[in-house]
Amino acid sequence: MNELRELAGKLLSDGTVRVVIGWEDARRGARPVFITDPAGADRLIFDTRCVHNLVTYLNPRRDNVAALGKMGLVVKGCDAKAVAGLLREAQLTRDDVVLIGVRCGGVLEENELLAALPLTPENVAPRCYGCDNREPRLVDYLLGESQPEPPRPVTTIAERVAALDEQPLEERWAFWTEQFGKCVRCYACRQVCPLCVCERCVADKTRPQWIEASPHPRGNLSWNITRALHLAGRCVDCGECERFCPVGIPLTLVNRKLQQIVGERYGYTVSDDPETPAPIGDYRLDDKQEFIK
Amino acid sequence: MSGAVETKGAATKAGGAAAGFEPRITAFVCNWCTYTGADLAGTSRLHMASNVRIIRLPCTGRIDPLFIVKAFERGADGVIVSGCHPADCHYTSGNYHARRRFAVFHDLMEFIGVDPRRMTFSWVSASEGAKWRDVVDEAVANVRALGPFDAYRALAPEDAGMAAPAGPGAASLPAPAATEAEAP
Repeated sequence: MNELRELAGKLLSDGTVRVVIGWEDARRGARPVFITDPAGADRLIFDTRCVHNLVTYLNPRRDNVAALGKMGLVVKGCDAKAVAGLLREAQLTRDDVVLIGVRCGGVLEENELLAALPLTPENVAPRCYGCDNREPRLVDYLLGESQPEPPRPVTTIAERVAALDEQPLEERWAFWTEQFGKCVRCYACRQVCPLCVCERCVADKTRPQWIEASPHPRGNLSWNITRALHLAGRCVDCGECERFCPVGIPLTLVNRKLQQIVGERYGYTVSDDPETPAPIGDYRLDDKQEFIK
Repeated sequence: MSGAVETKGAATKAGGAAAGFEPRITAFVCNWCTYTGADLAGTSRLHMASNVRIIRLPCTGRIDPLFIVKAFERGADGVIVSGCHPADCHYTSGNYHARRRFAVFHDLMEFIGVDPRRMTFSWVSASEGAKWRDVVDEAVANVRALGPFDAYRALAPEDAGMAAPAGPGAASLPAPAATEAEAP
């Protein structure tokens, strides 16, 4: 942690960056913080409560953050994948940001705690299980000690997806229409997503209105299918959409399913290498087409 | 034209899965291959099911999966997406991009619980009038066997059936979209 504070202080005082975005300790646990004064660098922390994907502040939609000047951003492995996503799609250039990578051994599912807890199968964020990027590569600095693998959660996301896959179509339809039926269309999932970069979202279009705007099951289904598809092969599994969802729709299951689909069909795994093209928008002449007559 | 659609819609509502159900199928086809192939099927006077309404687009790459969702929303019981065979795309690679997009869409819809037999994807070239007939007949037979897509229609705002788990106020909302759906 001292390492992080010293580095942030140095970057701010020598003018390399104008702002460092990281996490601080607050009344309700860890939360994002913007540090602009080198003296404030002592507020920075990193522990298992730092669940937030701060790359959402790099999203080109947030020009108010960009207006602060060059940014130093503290990133975990999953966050670094989101940066790679923005670079891949030319939403960012590598020089726009100084990436301070932290070695991460998983985070808590519930982060509003006054002190960090060691991870157990009960409290670990399920998405951390099987993480392949505990030491982000796409960074300018890599801090912290080497971390062990996150514990296996009581029920993994893959197991939950597999359980749904085994159900008959009608059961799955009933499950998802009930879950999406809860949606209040606050679009928190979209707003927090580091990769929902459109200046104008199709859900906000009114002429023609592609997606019905009021929260009823039909429009909700349309919105949720669209959200999922637009993130197919792009989602980095940071879990922020589900964490922000005020009605608890298990969006992680949809996102994971899409990762499995692009993995099985196109051998694609999302990584923090911006040179690897995303699977949608790319193609091979011999792509599987067993569903086409 | 629109009169025929109304009649079919009425039949769909009254009939149910049993007698009198005529599937309503929306086909999204590319201008260069499948549309021409369908035209050939017509000028060759091939007999085929008359349940399909064709929407012509420049390329399969122009077909957003949202079009299909919208078709279901507006009362389609099934959809067909068809375009040029691989390597034949008028725009070189539009169908390759579409193939990936629809593969993902197909699998996602299946995960959400939509029967994949309601969605037919095919490559039909300008010379394959007979194949177009086969694609249409098979799609119509599949959807006829599955029955009307009542599960999707039940999501419509005016219907209280699915509204139980919905967000607050869903049942009391006015239903402007439903009236639109009646007038294609």
